[in-house]
Amino acid sequence: MHVPDGFIDAPTSAATGVVAAAAVAVSLRGARRELDERTAPLAGLVAAFIFAVQMLNFPVAAGTSGHLLGGALAAILVGPFTGVLCVSVVLLMQGVLFADGGLTALGVNITDMAIVTTVVSYAVFRVLVKVLPGGRRSVTVASFVAALVSVPAAAVAFTLIYAVGGTTDVSLGKVATAMIGVHVLIGVGEAVITALTVGAVIAVRPDLVHGARGLRRRLQLRVDGALVDVPAPEGARTAPVAARTSRRALWITGLVTSLVLAGVVSFYASSNPDGLEKVAHDKGLDTKTEKHASADSPLADYGVKDVENARLSGGLAGVIGVGVTVVAGSAVFWVVRRRRTPDVSPTSTSAV
Amino acid sequence: MGADGGTSRASAFERGGAHRLYRHAHSPVHALPPHTKLAAAFGFVVVVVSTPREAMWAFGVYAVLLGVVAYHARVPAGFLLKRLLIEVPFVAFAVLMPFVAEGERVDVLGLSLSVNGLWGAWNVLAKGTLGVAASVLLASTTELRELLLGLQRLRLPPLLVQIASFMIRYGDVITDEMRRMRIARESRGFEARGVRHWGVLAKSAGALFIRSYERGERVHLAMVSRGYSGSMPVIDEVTASRAQWSYALALPSAALVVCLLGWTL
Repeated sequence: MHVPDGFIDAPTSAATGVVAAAAVAVSLRGARRELDERTAPLAGLVAAFIFAVQMLNFPVAAGTSGHLLGGALAAILVGPFTGVLCVSVVLLMQGVLFADGGLTALGVNITDMAIVTTVVSYAVFRVLVKVLPGGRRSVTVASFVAALVSVPAAAVAFTLIYAVGGTTDVSLGKVATAMIGVHVLIGVGEAVITALTVGAVIAVRPDLVHGARGLRRRLQLRVDGALVDVPAPEGARTAPVAARTSRRALWITGLVTSLVLAGVVSFYASSNPDGLEKVAHDKGLDTKTEKHASADSPLADYGVKDVENARLSGGLAGVIGVGVTVVAGSAVFWVVRRRRTPDVSPTSTSAV
Repeated sequence: MGADGGTSRASAFERGGAHRLYRHAHSPVHALPPHTKLAAAFGFVVVVVSTPREAMWAFGVYAVLLGVVAYHARVPAGFLLKRLLIEVPFVAFAVLMPFVAEGERVDVLGLSLSVNGLWGAWNVLAKGTLGVAASVLLASTTELRELLLGLQRLRLPPLLVQIASFMIRYGDVITDEMRRMRIARESRGFEARGVRHWGVLAKSAGALFIRSYERGERVHLAMVSRGYSGSMPVIDEVTASRAQWSYALALPSAALVVCLLGWTL
């Protein structure tokens, strides 16, 4: 999905460049909070990991193979800010060194592949982890769904950028159908690999998974044959426990709100892709529609049944609708949560 | 100053894989300070992207300009063309464009092609190729460390530059780690053939992440024990004289003249 020079016109490239610069600036600040002064070496090594893992090809079928994009994986493993930074640095280096993606299209590429994938996947992940029952399995399920949504979301973002500043005269419907159709399939691969990778890391070093920090068990000692909680160091444990019930309520309210929004948005969104499908059908491009019709079934098999399934069966509109609204909904709650972070951070960064 | 001093200073880090993009030579282009080259390449690409696609001759002139730079940089044509291959996936897309685009159609060799699509394909191909060629010239005449210094000089946040330099320094280490894991898998008879083997690959990726992260922690401790306090000392500060700036900016300025002519003619 690396966009070359000349594919998006100059004003749009400049605008996305500003968006990318702002997001990177925010992430630099946020990454310092996630990693403090270890930011440079750790984020650098994680960026090297993302770079390497993008070279890890996994066979799909009939001789074709895909590779990971890594936005969702980075966000879940090291946190959203560091994730944005790592993927942006990878894209920057790919653009400057390997000529992979144009220099003027750097803003487009970072916005699309670093910011949208990371933010969308992390928002979805966060909400699901809050709502699903605690445990490793729910982290795996949440990372599956997060990665699944993140790739089509990037395709949607690309289509939007194309709609604003595309230089070619291919109709928006065709671009949307091709991009989103293909990327739903890619998203399935991304989701499976991301979930398995996160699961593998959680099995060995759960403390390294940023997204699973809430799951850490308290240390227990066996005293006279009975398990006894180790006393909390000094008041650090009490604050989050007190805040916990209200936070959970907050997140459930958030999810309900965003689902209500999802109903509204996907109502509007659903008429649009149907139109696109019709265009595609008229133009004899229905092979692609066939593709994502079949792509629905593996999605339907997995995890989150109640809400996601109903939307997914509606087709791509649902994926987009839920993705967008979960982001919109959780953005509000993120702001609220951000205020609370100072009293939570001592516990979350204590074990390294 | 420039590449001549830089190569003798180059540490073992920079001899690795990514470095193969650099082509060692002694040329006026190699000797330019990195930030002037970065600015020139970026300015050139911006100008190219803003050129109207109907001015076909302008793109020819741009190609000639790049050819002149390549000649001065002693980058052989074969090397440049081989590097351009990275663009191939997009060429395939561009070739499709005349068939799917809207607008009036024209018959060429019995195929019905869209006029707008042909223009679009030409637009993407010409601008994309020139952009890739400019990036390739930049990467093949500038060392990695210099490139990073140049980015820092152009006011990229120092933290971002540090992250990028760590990524480049350890990119090879991590890639080698991945290669060793692949060899270990294969020597135990594993061959990834389909979806059923994704689990094994994902476990490798997980192990790779843990190794990378732990290495990052060790690197940080090593740095702290050597007095790191959040910023890297810059010992080889590069500055550019007015003459070097004007020499570097000759490329985008010439391109700008062509672009303005392209808009007016």
